[in-house]
Amino acid sequence: MPLRSPAARFIIYSLLVGASVLFVIPFVWLLATSVKPLEQTMTIPPTWIPRAYFTELAGRRVEVTLDFKQTLSGAVVKLASGEHAGETAFFSDAQLATAQPAPTTLYRVQPGWWHVTEKVDRRSGEQHPAWAFVPDSAVHTRIVFRWENYPDALSRLDGSGDDRAGIMSRHHVSFWRFLGNSLIICVFGVCGTVISNAIVAYGFARVRWRGRDAFFAITLATMMVPFPVLMVPLYSVFKTLGWIGTLLPLWAPSFFGSAFNIFLMRQFFIGIPEELSEAARIDGCSEWRIFWRIILPLSKPVLATVALFHFLYAWNDFMGPLLYLTRKETFPLSLALQSFQSQVGGVEWHHLMAASAVTTLPVILLFFFAQKTFIRGIATTGSKS
Amino acid sequence: MSPRERSNVFTGLGFTSLWIVGLSVFTAYPVFASLYYSFCDYSILKSAAWCGLDNYKELFQDDLFWKSLSNTLFFTVLSVPLGTVVALALAMLLNCEVRGKPIFRVLFYLPSIVPMVASSMLWLWIFNGEYGLLNAGLNPILHLFGKSAPAWLTDPTWAKPALILMSLWGTGNAMVIYLAGLQNVPKELYEAAEIDGARGWRRFWHVTLPMLSPVVYFNVLMGMIAALQIFTQAFIISDAANGATGTFDGAPGRSLLFYTIYLFTTAFHDLRMGYASAMAYVLFIIIAALSWLATYLSRNRMDY
Repeated sequence: MPLRSPAARFIIYSLLVGASVLFVIPFVWLLATSVKPLEQTMTIPPTWIPRAYFTELAGRRVEVTLDFKQTLSGAVVKLASGEHAGETAFFSDAQLATAQPAPTTLYRVQPGWWHVTEKVDRRSGEQHPAWAFVPDSAVHTRIVFRWENYPDALSRLDGSGDDRAGIMSRHHVSFWRFLGNSLIICVFGVCGTVISNAIVAYGFARVRWRGRDAFFAITLATMMVPFPVLMVPLYSVFKTLGWIGTLLPLWAPSFFGSAFNIFLMRQFFIGIPEELSEAARIDGCSEWRIFWRIILPLSKPVLATVALFHFLYAWNDFMGPLLYLTRKETFPLSLALQSFQSQVGGVEWHHLMAASAVTTLPVILLFFFAQKTFIRGIATTGSKS
Repeated sequence: MSPRERSNVFTGLGFTSLWIVGLSVFTAYPVFASLYYSFCDYSILKSAAWCGLDNYKELFQDDLFWKSLSNTLFFTVLSVPLGTVVALALAMLLNCEVRGKPIFRVLFYLPSIVPMVASSMLWLWIFNGEYGLLNAGLNPILHLFGKSAPAWLTDPTWAKPALILMSLWGTGNAMVIYLAGLQNVPKELYEAAEIDGARGWRRFWHVTLPMLSPVVYFNVLMGMIAALQIFTQAFIISDAANGATGTFDGAPGRSLLFYTIYLFTTAFHDLRMGYASAMAYVLFIIIAALSWLATYLSRNRMDY
């Protein structure tokens, strides 16, 4: 509908932009968190842009973390006695006045100075990073995206700790294994779905046979059955087949058709003019040849739709892997991500967000490469059926 | 049957043979086996022993069953209508011949294809009580009134509303369907309405909505069936926000114990598969009844 008045146009665009911001913010937050150093994920108020801070410590310019702001005035001193003799510490003015014996003052600290700690490369294993109090003016900052969060997160996705620090667990499962498992489930699943459903749908759409319509009605009726009803017996079927703990339950059944996809393809096949088949039959073509040489080449759009949506389903599936898989080596990315979360707990948000971003990226890429198929697919699968 | 007919039957059966196997093994057998198990004491470790209606009798006295059912209905009753309104509103905005429509459509749609595991992680972080983005935005406002924002996913009162909010983010799929539906409404109808003096709200109520009713019906029904089976996000968030206990009891305070989660736990942690099958059949009956009700209610209102 066209918008006539400028006022209406203003309102509509404001609402659209407002809604877009609300839909996009979670993505931005995901990406922003994924490139932050850990301590910057936990600031109040939150920051959007990750930064690195630098200052001079003992004559060297080093990267530091800003820990807190000192509220008291005092001094950094060298302890003269006790078990920490020779180490440095902060003493407030009150402590300085009463300390016995009097420690040696190294430099004065004003309220509002930052306590900074040298950022030590985890991998170097340094135990005692340098620290100091410095005024705001001594801290330099620039924007630094910590892309190394990504390899760090992926290398410890199996929850076995950081293998780059050399603490590799004996049962380390690499990210590539998880990715490979996901791809096996998706690619085999897509092949099975496209091939089996096209063949079956042809039988329902283009061959006239007694019993066909009753069989098709039963097929449609099975779409009503919720998955929890099938869950327990399916598990025992797969157990009997010896498939529990393997990827087979997650892709092999797709080679035997699924009601919804049969329905979708049948609708498409019915729309192809019958004359094409008739002409071929007169020429002595077998039904298989008609299917293979005439119907399939004309059905690329529906094949693409079915393939795309199965890929998406298989990539995103969580309950299936959770039900049938037991060992980490067989986990696809979705289950690996959840199991990583449940092992590292809710602290290391930067790594969790990086791993989530990697799990999401393939579907986003797929969307941009196949946008038309997506939009058309949703419209056809969702409209009145 | 003539030889021609007979050969056609063979051709038809041949083409559908994969599905005959698939239907029998992966759907028909499980449907009947599940019904049988629901009258049995059964775990995967030992064979099924008939126990009559015991599972169903126990079910209706099981507090956790009622808790999970009421949690699920609460989620469904709020998330489905809200999701419908948001999706429909976005589709109507996009249908206004705005510039940049493809971009807006992508922005609204993308969240709905994000893997549920990843979006659960993301919302776990957004809803984090201490450092989460949502409370960082809410608290400065609420502090003015001397209040502070809830801890969402660890607060039994707010965990379900949080999940509903999260579900609205993924409403883009329905939006695309509504948009396609809106574009199929004939322009002449709007022109006729214009002549009759119907504008704005009345035009929406008397032209747009009736024309869109089949699409709305389909979406609401599908949304309802999906919401009644909510699992992944609740499973992940309940476990993660409350310290990864591995017990899947629907923490905090069983407020995230949804029907399918209780069923899953009963079947695969407690290994009470007969009892779980009875639960599954009760769910089946609820879904069938609601589908029938939705169809019945919409029959008189549907315009084509």
